[in-house]
Amino acid sequence: MTTFEVSTVVPEPRRPWDHSRGTLLRVGVLVTLSGIFGWLLNTLTGLSGFLGWYVGLAFAMPVVAFVGSVRHGWNLASDRVASAVITVAFAAVTIPWVSIFVTVYQKGSKAFHSKYLTDDMRITPSSDVIQNGGVAHAIIGTLMMVLIASLIAVPLGILAAVYIVEIKGRFAKLVRFLTQAMSGVPSIVAGLFIYATVVVFFGGFSAWAGALALVILMLPTVARTSEEILKIVPEDLRTASYALGATQSRTTFRVVLPTIASGLVTAAVLGIARVVGETAPLILTASYFVAKSTSLNEPIASLPIYIFSSLGLGDENATTRAWGGSLVLLGVVFILFAIARTISTRLARK
Amino acid sequence: MQTLDTPTEPREIETHYTRVDRVFRGFVTSCALFSLVVLILIAAFLLYRGFEIFADFGLSFITTSKWDIGNPEDTSTAVLGIGAMLVGSVVTAVIAILVAVPFAIASALFIEFYAPRLLRTILTSVLDLVAAIPSVIFGIWGYVVLLPLVEDWSGTLYKYLSWFPLFDVQTPIFGRSPLLAGLLLSIMILPIVTSVAREVYGQAPRDLIDASYALGGTKWAGIRTVVLPFGKSGLVGGAMLGLGRAMGETVAVYLTLNLVFKTNFQILASAGGNVASLIANKFGEATDYELKALMAAGLVLFLVTLLVNFFATVIVNRSRKIV
Repeated sequence: MTTFEVSTVVPEPRRPWDHSRGTLLRVGVLVTLSGIFGWLLNTLTGLSGFLGWYVGLAFAMPVVAFVGSVRHGWNLASDRVASAVITVAFAAVTIPWVSIFVTVYQKGSKAFHSKYLTDDMRITPSSDVIQNGGVAHAIIGTLMMVLIASLIAVPLGILAAVYIVEIKGRFAKLVRFLTQAMSGVPSIVAGLFIYATVVVFFGGFSAWAGALALVILMLPTVARTSEEILKIVPEDLRTASYALGATQSRTTFRVVLPTIASGLVTAAVLGIARVVGETAPLILTASYFVAKSTSLNEPIASLPIYIFSSLGLGDENATTRAWGGSLVLLGVVFILFAIARTISTRLARK
Repeated sequence: MQTLDTPTEPREIETHYTRVDRVFRGFVTSCALFSLVVLILIAAFLLYRGFEIFADFGLSFITTSKWDIGNPEDTSTAVLGIGAMLVGSVVTAVIAILVAVPFAIASALFIEFYAPRLLRTILTSVLDLVAAIPSVIFGIWGYVVLLPLVEDWSGTLYKYLSWFPLFDVQTPIFGRSPLLAGLLLSIMILPIVTSVAREVYGQAPRDLIDASYALGGTKWAGIRTVVLPFGKSGLVGGAMLGLGRAMGETVAVYLTLNLVFKTNFQILASAGGNVASLIANKFGEATDYELKALMAAGLVLFLVTLLVNFFATVIVNRSRKIV
């Protein structure tokens, strides 16, 4: 008598598009062949440099893929060509990204010296030698404006999300729609609006005005992210709270919001990352000042304007300073992102 | 003995909020409507400050391509119009979209269907990070790194394609041209178009993709017949979001496009500008009357981008609803 072994293990559903070892080998051969072709094209024609080589590779890869598979029929050949085209196109997209990061790092690190992060430009003209002056005033200004902007925009953004998800009021759809529309307001228009109101009424550029312009740009990001996070809160928690006789406000403030506190921090951080590099609205509202300043009613420096104004001078040292400022700004954005990512992965694990 | 009446229909549930809750709900509602107030205030104040311009020039403010303040003492000698800038906004944004969309489709497909699992999570974060690179950094990079490259490419394009009006120029000197600004904008808007496309493609029905495999189809067959048709409207919405971004971009265009008041369709010529960069450019030393014109220009830009975003949002939301 034969016995049948019945497997009790349910097989994992397999993603049909996952790669096998054969695929990797084939791709390796494909890329090598195309790379050689790109190099040949580079030496034979006027194309030059890495980009020229890449153009050669990009054209060669679909052709090589087609030639290598056409004997198996049209369907397979079109699949291979599509894979080649998609991969090549995506790799092309990353070239400018890498170039931006590398250029900012290379050129920006030249502007660094021991006091770069602690000095300001009070007694240093932009064209002065690199060893003098620094970006401290711009860092302080950016921090102050972003802090004030967050103090206003983060609560408002979270409350807008609470309205959509918790209260589900009559205007919920409208509010979501308006927040999305607001995220499309060009930053210069936000600056122009604050100029037409705050700057004109209070008679001058100020850190206040800059911060208010940033509020307009920050609010949609915070509201949108908070909304996504609020939706994660399980309905059971709310029901349980209501069942214990809690009011809606108590449920929201004592149960729902504390549950996703770290998610709300992520929303705030993403909002800050969105506005920390805004240049155009600050030209119209906060203007620029060369010394460290903490006065809210005076013009104030900021990293983006420091970059922008140094760049406009056309001098070599000034341009190096602009790159230095870019490196600091990019570093700030990078750190903010790392924070947001760490918090949100921790939240996801919960 | 007690009799139990079985109710024939469910009891009607009424909600009575306590006083605290009524205050809470009212407070949150008023905060939520803040964005509505801001949007209305923006339109109202820009119209209020720029009204004189619309009264003086009417429609010709949008159609004329001249920026001449004339005698600063006498506002009636001024001729102001943003026609060339509107054309410039559209030309650069269209170049950006035409370049960015194919690459965005490829990137979204690559991240969603071709990249290994680990790479996929990394790339999703990188995409968000690139979307947050400040525009001034894109601008300085475009000016220093991209400009010489595009000058080079422009030379080649002009050499072989100058018979085509788009690629013709009066004098073959290339520099900060609409092509450069458009290419830079395409790099800037690519992350947002890609992430919208990726999100939509990720929602494509798995059973249909599996069915396509079950019928012996290749991966490309599944993408072509299921994913791409499914994500079409979402992609259009994402592209329009990118269009809105591109039209409202200020600093990057300011740094990579020569501001010249001429309606310019020759994308290799170093002349052009867009409305946003006009405002940044003229703001510093503007006369009072000119400032009003800039407010009016800002209002036009605001309304145009609002309209583009409106349609984009409607399309994206509709494509979400299908799921």
